[in-house]
Amino acid sequence: MKKRVVITGLGIVAPNGVGIDNFTNAIKNGISGITHDAELERLQFSCQIAGKPTITEAIKQQYFTELELRNFNSTGILYGVIAGMEAWKDAGLPFEINENPDWDSGTIFGSGTSGIEKFRESIYKIDDFQTRRLGSTVVAQTMNSGVSAYLGGKLGLGNQVSTNSSACITGTESILMGYDRIISGQAKRMLVGSTSDSGPYIWAGFDAMKVCTFKHNHSPEKGSRPMSASASGFVPGSGAGAMILEELESALARKATIYAEVLGGNSNSGGQRGEGTMTAPNSVAVQKCIQDSLKFTGLQSNEIDLINGHLTATSKDSLEIINWSAALGLSNEKFPYINSLKSLVGHCLSASGSVESVAAVLQLKHGFIAPNINCEDLHPEISATIDSSKIPKKLIHKELNIVIKASFGFGDVNACVVFKKFK
Amino acid sequence: MNKLEIIDQLKTVVKPYIKNQEAFDNLSETTDFINDLKINSANLVDVILDIEEVFDIVIDNASMEKMLDVKSTLAIIETKLAEK
Repeated sequence: MKKRVVITGLGIVAPNGVGIDNFTNAIKNGISGITHDAELERLQFSCQIAGKPTITEAIKQQYFTELELRNFNSTGILYGVIAGMEAWKDAGLPFEINENPDWDSGTIFGSGTSGIEKFRESIYKIDDFQTRRLGSTVVAQTMNSGVSAYLGGKLGLGNQVSTNSSACITGTESILMGYDRIISGQAKRMLVGSTSDSGPYIWAGFDAMKVCTFKHNHSPEKGSRPMSASASGFVPGSGAGAMILEELESALARKATIYAEVLGGNSNSGGQRGEGTMTAPNSVAVQKCIQDSLKFTGLQSNEIDLINGHLTATSKDSLEIINWSAALGLSNEKFPYINSLKSLVGHCLSASGSVESVAAVLQLKHGFIAPNINCEDLHPEISATIDSSKIPKKLIHKELNIVIKASFGFGDVNACVVFKKFK
Repeated sequence: MNKLEIIDQLKTVVKPYIKNQEAFDNLSETTDFINDLKINSANLVDVILDIEEVFDIVIDNASMEKMLDVKSTLAIIETKLAEK
């Protein structure tokens, strides 16, 4: 019989909430995590607002030793370790230190960069002939797989320990990769998720491309406007999301809390052919990714209760809605509910897929649809495609059975994953 | 600075890196950084950077290689301090 994969733990470090309870409260109540960023203003960015998680010294010391925090300067690893360990703890998995690693548990924890601030600090030292004074942790903090390496050591993981990287689909892709690893019988448990560094050195490239909004520097909470006619670019964000994927038998044997079942999904690329480029999606591939996810999971499109979109608040939001509608063959009142977490947290880049997937699973588990904020003025191309009631602006309490989450990224890459209420 | 004072300063420097408290409490000239104090070998360069800072000396690569226990480290610190 085909194995089944369930989610037994969640962890989150988001701009609007650190820890599952805070985050659940924030998404239910439409609480924004977007704030004015003094450093971006000083550096004369066009966009001077951002989504940055608040990490207190007390939280840091809870997850890292004093020695690890010496000369530590990697927000990506900081967020990823906190989210990853929260998920592990939430799943009721042990922290004791044994002689042997846990051969059945691994991690695929994605990132776009690692320790970009540490990298900058090091480059200044190197150019100042101070290479010998770098210390021993520059490699661990700046290698892309730093986050999975830190987690692997803290949790004693003995299965695959790796980091995937595929722009803004990274987090969603990590779930699919962990799912595959369990389905193929190679692991019982996979900690999956992704993280993104914070700060000017990660966000500058987007600011230079003029894809971030410059119109809300004095109204940060209004800045991230997915699906709105007045959307003027995304707000850069950061953070990390994590989940424990577990083979059903193992979860049942441990009597673990089961948040939801992962039915699988699909990841593909538009090959930067047709209308696809490095930065623009090939709609044929986007639709194929969604349809192949349904095919893989054996679902009909009318079984979907909620879509958690990519929807970044750029001019491409309308195209995304049109693609969803075409892929599912559903429009107007027939279209499922849809929301975008980015109105509350901005675009968390390599972390977006996992932060948003954690939100999707929470909505499924607790039976609610989180409100979209800042889209009171829906884009006319969107309201011409789907009924405006399908984009809730207020919290809806509703039993959900199927939630589908998609992410799209630079390089013309797509990923789509399907979550089902566990029965 | 006499030897006891140097050892005292050295103890403060290595303290954050040690994994064996008992060996640290009984630190003597024969204490080995890796085998006794269980300092992660990658951290030895951090220990040496901290020593440079605390004693305001510069330790060359050749000396660095020898600094695996308290005795040899003391000798190198004393030499470098005398050169100042």
